[in-house]
Amino acid sequence: MNGPQDLGGQMGHGPILPEPNEPLFHAEWEKRALAITLAMGACGAWTIDTSRHARESLPPATYLAASYYEIWIRALENLLTAHGLVDKPELAAGHALSPAGPVKRVLKAAAVPGVLAAGSPYDRPCASAPRFKPGDRVMARNDHVATHTRLPRYIRGREGEIVANHGSFVLPDSNAHGRGESPIWCYGVRFGAEELWGAGAEPGCEVMVDCWETYLTPARERAA
Amino acid sequence: MELRVKALETILVEKGYVDPAALDVLIETYEHRIGPKNGARVVARAWSDADYLLRLRADATAAIAELGYSGRQGEHMRIAENTPEVHNLVVCTLCSCYPWSVLGLPPVWYKSAPYRSRAVIDPRGVLRDFGVELPAGTKLRVWDSTAELRYLVIPMRPAGSEGMDQDALAALVTRDSMIGAGLALTPGKAA
Repeated sequence: MNGPQDLGGQMGHGPILPEPNEPLFHAEWEKRALAITLAMGACGAWTIDTSRHARESLPPATYLAASYYEIWIRALENLLTAHGLVDKPELAAGHALSPAGPVKRVLKAAAVPGVLAAGSPYDRPCASAPRFKPGDRVMARNDHVATHTRLPRYIRGREGEIVANHGSFVLPDSNAHGRGESPIWCYGVRFGAEELWGAGAEPGCEVMVDCWETYLTPARERAA
Repeated sequence: MELRVKALETILVEKGYVDPAALDVLIETYEHRIGPKNGARVVARAWSDADYLLRLRADATAAIAELGYSGRQGEHMRIAENTPEVHNLVVCTLCSCYPWSVLGLPPVWYKSAPYRSRAVIDPRGVLRDFGVELPAGTKLRVWDSTAELRYLVIPMRPAGSEGMDQDALAALVTRDSMIGAGLALTPGKAA
């Protein structure tokens, strides 16, 4: 979706302000926000793609004004109500008012190290042969979908070169909406800065973007 | 947000979705066990051991796991090596994807709109915000972490570090240098 998350190339957000000796957390609540977000993710009620979509679906003014942990919490509240695990009166009351809904599992303290160390690999076998190979010229599709996608706006309609086939991976566009993992090939694609940004770009600079096969079309199909 | 998060945690615990002890273990893990010291060990080894560097290039996930670092947000690792010709910079324009297994949790600036918006269109200007001025002839290559691959920059080994052991080398490797927003420290100036 063309939401507030799609920031690449936007202007006017101001200078970057690195914080010397930045603390890992800036408030106690940030620790709790991290932990409950990870623990609820482990329940199996939704996928990481669904989580990302919940975050980018926040109103743009809210998203851009919020710290990242605040984005996480607002999205978590929305995920919990959307999945019927918590309802709005409970959020207002700050206590459980209704019986718990079903979750696939509850992350126990003893399981945390193993779960974190194992991670969640996203590569999956794919039935089809790869359509592209390194060296192929491709164009990112100029598709503006209202649903989740990891195809950023700044490369849409732009031509690049395949530099790697990373393997086949869960397709976020499908998985975020409960339509299955639909694994498909994912490629590293190189875009020249001048192709992306025009005459003002620094020659020779490039941006590498990982693109699922469904995001790409052969460059020769580009309208003359 | 403090009260809002407290209320949410209370509800989740009361409903039995989360184990309070698990929350404490999660926080403790990212406060004390997983952080940029992990990545610094990987870089120091890559600088010292040519065979290890080859393994990193061939399968970074497996080579990093040799040092005991694996798992969440490091499932599919790649390295990007800085050279005098090319400097690499990593960003996630769409959210905050970051190689947690080797760098821990991302700093606020990495997740902020200024960095995410500018890294792809004005990387040299971004580096200036970090006080880094590269030679005009050095090309900039920006990696936008749009998929599940996570990138670790291998900064250039600094002059004057010849003969240093891996512990001493690791102390030269800053977090920012492994994102590409900084350079490795010069020996004698390590924090």
